[in-house]
Amino acid sequence: MEEVDVEPSPMVIADLNSFIYRHLGFEWGPGDLLVYETNYKLQGPRTAGSPLVHVVRKDEDICSPILLLVPDSNYRSVIRACMEELQHNVSILLAIELIWNLCEVLFIDAAPAGSLLLHLLDWVRLHKSDVDARAREVLQSESPAQHQSYWDVVRRTLILQGRMDEARQVLSKQASLRAESSSVFKRMDVLLQTMPIFNPTGTQTLTEFDVKWRHWHEECDRCLQDNTFASNRHLETIVKILVGDEDTILEQKELLSTWYHFLVTRLLFTHPTIKPPDLHYYAQSSMNMFLGPRAPPEPLDIILLSAFEFDLHQVIKDCSIALNNWWFVAHLTDLLDHCKLLQSHNLHFGSNLREFLVLEYASGLFTHHSLWQLAVDYFDHCPEFGRVYLELQIERIPLDTERKAIKVLRICEDRQMSEQVRSICKIMAKRALRNNRLGSALSWSIRAKDAAFATLISERFLQDYCNKGSFTDLDLLDNLGPAMLLSDRLTFLGKYREFHRLYGENRFSEAAKLLLSLMTAKIAPRGLWMTLLTDALPLLEQKEVIFSVDQTYELMSCLEELNSGTKDSNTTDQEEDIESTKTELLRLALARNLAMAIVKEGTIET
Amino acid sequence: MDPTAKYISQKISRTRWRPVPAGLLQQPEVFAAGSWDNESNRVSIWSLGDDDSDTDGEFDEEPRLLCDSEHDGDVTDLQFLDGDRLVSASSSGAVAILKLQPDCQALSLAHVWERAHRYSCDNAPCTAVVCRSPELVSVGEDGRVILYKADQTEVVRVIENADSSTIHAVTFLRTTEVLTVNSIGQLKMWDFRQQSDSPAQILSLTGDRVPLHCVDKHPNQQHIVATGGQDGMLCIWDVRQGNTPFSLIEAHSAEMWEVHFHPSNPNHLFTCSEDGSLLHWETTSGSDMSTLLQRGWNSRVVSHSGVPLAGEDDSVVSSWLAGDSSKNRLEATHMLPSQTLSVNSLDVLEQCLVCGTDGEAVYVHRQLPV
Repeated sequence: MEEVDVEPSPMVIADLNSFIYRHLGFEWGPGDLLVYETNYKLQGPRTAGSPLVHVVRKDEDICSPILLLVPDSNYRSVIRACMEELQHNVSILLAIELIWNLCEVLFIDAAPAGSLLLHLLDWVRLHKSDVDARAREVLQSESPAQHQSYWDVVRRTLILQGRMDEARQVLSKQASLRAESSSVFKRMDVLLQTMPIFNPTGTQTLTEFDVKWRHWHEECDRCLQDNTFASNRHLETIVKILVGDEDTILEQKELLSTWYHFLVTRLLFTHPTIKPPDLHYYAQSSMNMFLGPRAPPEPLDIILLSAFEFDLHQVIKDCSIALNNWWFVAHLTDLLDHCKLLQSHNLHFGSNLREFLVLEYASGLFTHHSLWQLAVDYFDHCPEFGRVYLELQIERIPLDTERKAIKVLRICEDRQMSEQVRSICKIMAKRALRNNRLGSALSWSIRAKDAAFATLISERFLQDYCNKGSFTDLDLLDNLGPAMLLSDRLTFLGKYREFHRLYGENRFSEAAKLLLSLMTAKIAPRGLWMTLLTDALPLLEQKEVIFSVDQTYELMSCLEELNSGTKDSNTTDQEEDIESTKTELLRLALARNLAMAIVKEGTIET
Repeated sequence: MDPTAKYISQKISRTRWRPVPAGLLQQPEVFAAGSWDNESNRVSIWSLGDDDSDTDGEFDEEPRLLCDSEHDGDVTDLQFLDGDRLVSASSSGAVAILKLQPDCQALSLAHVWERAHRYSCDNAPCTAVVCRSPELVSVGEDGRVILYKADQTEVVRVIENADSSTIHAVTFLRTTEVLTVNSIGQLKMWDFRQQSDSPAQILSLTGDRVPLHCVDKHPNQQHIVATGGQDGMLCIWDVRQGNTPFSLIEAHSAEMWEVHFHPSNPNHLFTCSEDGSLLHWETTSGSDMSTLLQRGWNSRVVSHSGVPLAGEDDSVVSSWLAGDSSKNRLEATHMLPSQTLSVNSLDVLEQCLVCGTDGEAVYVHRQLPV
């Protein structure tokens, strides 16, 4: 658990090894059974692509992982796979990704001044992917310069991306068209080309970059003051943006569309060497400038602002409130905890914040009909209370088939949860017993090593025998094997059946010995002694002497022991009569056998 | 070469290759997958696309869904009856025949035997089904063995109370004989020509009665059978002789869910398990599997994935019959790149292997070294 790698610990999804550095998450929706999974890239190249969202629906299962499905609050699935269709709930997913990526940039990557802005630029670019499409559209049209969105694209490309090279490429289309103003365009081209971009891996220090940038900035300013671009109002606007004129940038509100975009652009052209601690000041002011004084900030804005202020706890708190699911918060907290960024402040009830959130999330998962296996893994990663939670929850999984029960039991056995094993096996055994599946019931008792239940099953068998006069399920009884030793009653049952079998095979002396041992070794329950003695009758009545003298004496003593017990006052007269008749018969048979045995043993073989 | 994984958002209980017409030396391209543990389960048909295998054999083709159909209850077993028809067993106790339309455009229900397996006042899950066209045999938690004919609406024969415990798997030995395994560790042979409802033969391990979960017959030699059980032991039996298996191999650390001999090259055996691994067993000596059985072998589990699995070591696994260890060796390789959730099912045909896991992923390997 103390791994240094950045991936969040609950990575059950080793299945997706083909996707490196991604992870699967589950969102636990409001109420009940709403779930979806997402693939997020945690590290690695940040290619501008829509996140793959894969939704498992309560009502419909979707097989392709590329479909983007979003549940609305009534659990009706929306079956469109396009991110651009910003329907009401897609925005939640977008927001989540936005926040997640920002947290990555600010907290995980912890970029220092210089590269901070570059990362923020990437972040913004990732969430504004429509620019590429537009640019392509313009470039591929017949006369790009005449295209109505032409200047939009230039400004967007410029403003949004800080993608100067591409802007220049687009501008060149214009330049080739108008020969007379080509010098102006050339000037612009030079400006754009010479804009310094900080290279974090290069040898240039931040100060050097700063100097260079200021130089360039002055150059732009000079162009503005000289009215170099006065002839073309579009170019004039651009140069104003380059200079970092906040009002001009603010005018591009529509193209920017969000205050954080405005923030990043603003920083790009005024403070490219922004340091992390200074970020929040600009964030706050950008938001105010963009949204205006009277617009109330939305929950997303508050969360982002907390992130810019590097207030982790506030971010988590706001996310918990705003997003009514535990998934995001649990994973984010876990990730931050892993990076040792979260000072674990202990909550009043003993576990730290991260564990609390993960536990909550996993508990929610557990009630889902098929995600309980994943929840187990989450619990495994909660060192303090995970096991307790698991112990409580695992017994509540509905077990419709034996196969599912076997899987649950394997989970328990792997974690040495013997209590739960016993209880689950008992449930299954009881169910089997109710359905008259004695073999299954026994098999469950064996697994749980539950002697008490094995005794119960044996009683049931014996009851059946007494009622019907023969054994049911001989295939089981004849093949008990070492399982027989699980309980005394079971051992008796097995041996008793063996007696019957020996008798059936006419192996009388062995049968006799077995029968006697059952009584003398006290394996047989008292209540059945009469039955056993009655079983001995035919052996006593055989022509040949089967029981030896000693054996006969023992039988006699058993009989006397049986009769010496206190009489049950509830027996009716009729039953008492039967009992005494039986005893008489037995006594007679035993006496006769004794006589014959004495004679036989006393005779010398000649 | 690593298998390609495809994530299909449902826990998979069974995967089966669609049979390739005999005579054509084709690799299978279409497979069926059944789900379980969902509120609404499905049987789905997937295709691997055109087999444009070249010299480099680069398959990055992900399986794509052709069609699917709703299924009532968990899919507990799936078997292809022939190229167009699929038999499914359900946790509701029903056995159904699904028909695949030409071009795999749709999957429809052709016939269903509702409540084939049942208790007196409840449903009993059907646990396994096996086909040898036109006959089908199903077994269930109610201990019944039922014989059907594909085109008849009524069942042909029911062996009531065939077993007092759950029957987990069944396989045909001969046209009229089947072998079942149950949860008290017994193998029972049933002959449908006999009138009586008792098994022709019962085999079991001495020692603990460990539940057996899967069984498969050697494709060429009908008396050789492999079983796998709750403790992950792979047992090879000769049903003609003896009451005990020839070989016991510690294959897995948890329940073994399926065991398959390769249908055309029986020196290869595949097993998959709850512990998340799929093993490919092959004999490395010149002799074939049957000779090995008579002489026994030493076996070693070798991991070829390069990633050491937790808790695994390279120690020599115990052998049952000490044989000529220098000549006869059985080697096992892990087929999946790393630990996954339980691998519930696998199927092999020609050079292709498909398996499904509880991690909601299907893995396809198209270049088996067989």
